[in-house]
Amino acid sequence: MSPCPISNNIRKLRFLADEMTQQQLADKVGVTRQTIIAIENGKYSPTLELAFRIARVFRTPLEEVFSFDDRIQKGKK
Amino acid sequence: MYPREKQILLSLINIILILGSYSLFVYYKYIAGNLAILNDFKFWGKAYLVLIPVAIVAQIIIHIIFFIINKIVTKEDVPTITDERDKLIELKAIKLAHWTFIAGFILSMGSQAIGMQPWVMFITLIYSGFLAAIVSETAKIYFYRKGF
Repeated sequence: MSPCPISNNIRKLRFLADEMTQQQLADKVGVTRQTIIAIENGKYSPTLELAFRIARVFRTPLEEVFSFDDRIQKGKK
Repeated sequence: MYPREKQILLSLINIILILGSYSLFVYYKYIAGNLAILNDFKFWGKAYLVLIPVAIVAQIIIHIIFFIINKIVTKEDVPTITDERDKLIELKAIKLAHWTFIAGFILSMGSQAIGMQPWVMFITLIYSGFLAAIVSETAKIYFYRKGF
């Protein structure tokens, strides 16, 4: 399995948002807790729609939640 | 292990138990001592048609029991929503199951092309369906645990 080029700050943002639980975030964006765990651990890259939903929960721009490491992308080629 | 993974594992065990017990039932009730029935197309037609509702009803009953036991033991609900990741995993699993069944279908047709008995084709078809279901459930567990 190749490393995921998209990393995220969801764990940190949850902590800053009154220690929001994974389940609370999952309920707010309409996915299962398992999906939030997979995103946090870099095992799943969410769709653009879900990424925007997550960013909206934290009231931050998308780039502050997700970042794209193109060195990993180049390494895959 | 998450509730969804437990549910898939249960499905996997169910598939093995249902087809295993159904195969034994059919063998001892109809085939043992009457091997001529193997070349009776009517017998195979009935065997297929009975297997489908039996498998569906058994899966539903076992899943209802699982939901109840899981709730009592872990006090945790099994997620009823299906999100984008679940759908993607489902699609990947279906794709693998599809190719497994197609391979079985080609083998079953191959058996007829080289002049084997018709029952070889029917058994290959049933067990390739069975294998496709196992591949599908195993792939789901793999994708849920390892990511993709």
